[in-house]
Amino acid sequence: MISKRIIPCLDVRDGKLTKGIKFKGNVDIGDPVEAAREYYEQGADEIVFYDITASSDKRDIMIDVVRRVAETIFIPFSVGGGIRNLEDMRKVINAGAEKVSVNSAAVENPQIITQGAKAFGNQCVVLGMDVKKVDVSDKIPSGYEMVIHGGRIYTGIDALWWAKEAESLGAGEICLNSIDADGVQTGYELNLTRLISENVNIPVIASGGAGKPEHLAEVLTKGKADAALIASMVHYRTYTITEIKQYLNKKHIKTRLFW
Amino acid sequence: MIAIINYNAGNITSVARALQNIGQDFIVTDDTRKLDAASHVIFPGVGAAGEAMAYLREKKLDEWLKRWFATGKPLMGICLGTQIILDYSEENDTGCIGLVAGATKRFPEKLSSDGQTLKIPHMGWNSVRLLCSHPVFENIPPEAEFYFVHSYYPSPADTGVILGTTDYGITFCSVLAKNNIVAMQFHPEKSGRPGLQILKNFCAWRPS
Repeated sequence: MISKRIIPCLDVRDGKLTKGIKFKGNVDIGDPVEAAREYYEQGADEIVFYDITASSDKRDIMIDVVRRVAETIFIPFSVGGGIRNLEDMRKVINAGAEKVSVNSAAVENPQIITQGAKAFGNQCVVLGMDVKKVDVSDKIPSGYEMVIHGGRIYTGIDALWWAKEAESLGAGEICLNSIDADGVQTGYELNLTRLISENVNIPVIASGGAGKPEHLAEVLTKGKADAALIASMVHYRTYTITEIKQYLNKKHIKTRLFW
Repeated sequence: MIAIINYNAGNITSVARALQNIGQDFIVTDDTRKLDAASHVIFPGVGAAGEAMAYLREKKLDEWLKRWFATGKPLMGICLGTQIILDYSEENDTGCIGLVAGATKRFPEKLSSDGQTLKIPHMGWNSVRLLCSHPVFENIPPEAEFYFVHSYYPSPADTGVILGTTDYGITFCSVLAKNNIVAMQFHPEKSGRPGLQILKNFCAWRPS
């Protein structure tokens, strides 16, 4: 049977890992390629890179990072952040990424999903969703609203509606981030994850809130997630990916243990 | 020299980088004269069967693949490359190359396992149950897992060509082998060390 995937997420700015990440020991503090190599060695099933470079003229640095990552690790990886159009997607894929994640751009221009799926296949297009819990209303019947531009702009779009819509437009996977849970390390937003996962027929990666292996166990069972994104808990070296996977397997959640 | 068939169907860069990593010289080409000179040929692919077959026919690579198969020299299919060496694919109702008898079928709707609904595509890591040994799967421990991403699966007519199976709601043929062909549904180039080992084994394979 298929294994649940454990996916570290790396934030990259101007070609370097961002300051908040405290790599120690034999890993170069600032190099996303070295970090990717280390996570690959620890048994990561996939890696997500998120480019938070502010200025567009520095975007080519990220393309170079993608190229070097593709020469170093032999598992799938995706790149998100700042993808505005088909040309941005093509650059990232030609540099060696398997998947491209679109977030704000997809909300503002949903056709980018269809265009990307047509050009590169559905499996290439990951819909990134940043979601915030709000009061249930006529406009937001699920009580979860889509927010964009790093959580700054409320869109008035219902998250559940958007997930289904994006699936029908051709998204191959959803990376679902709860802004309420993000960075707090008290566990994933289980209700949100289950709601989305049960209502689409494409894989859902849960994101936001992982602080200990128990959180992953919860979201992969009760939350019905197909994969779990992790950041702080491995960046700060509280756990290795190997330890997390061993824990999950003991809890009878199948993960890949040989690599 | 290893040759990767270059046609309009995705993941060729990934396969090329994996070969670089194992120190294997290779060319990427759609020129049949250059392909003729190769010792081993890799036929990769991501995308839809209909478009891929149209492109192969235009470049006459479908006929070339039949001739190559007849020479007895090694051929590796990956993902879409595996699906379209069968006779037919349900994807876009496509007539395919037919090196191996059988069809490529879509996963049934409402797949489930242990009460859990399974998503389509089958995306992620899964294991392969080898039904017999094969030189290309040498030194691959049974606990190894491989990266899959597909909504269709190969279903050969002759079960004798099934080398490996994988479970995803149903049990399907994830590796097939016939004479000088070895073809897999998963992506060895994205399956970590076990995947690289398979590529290495293939490059050293001399089918008898």
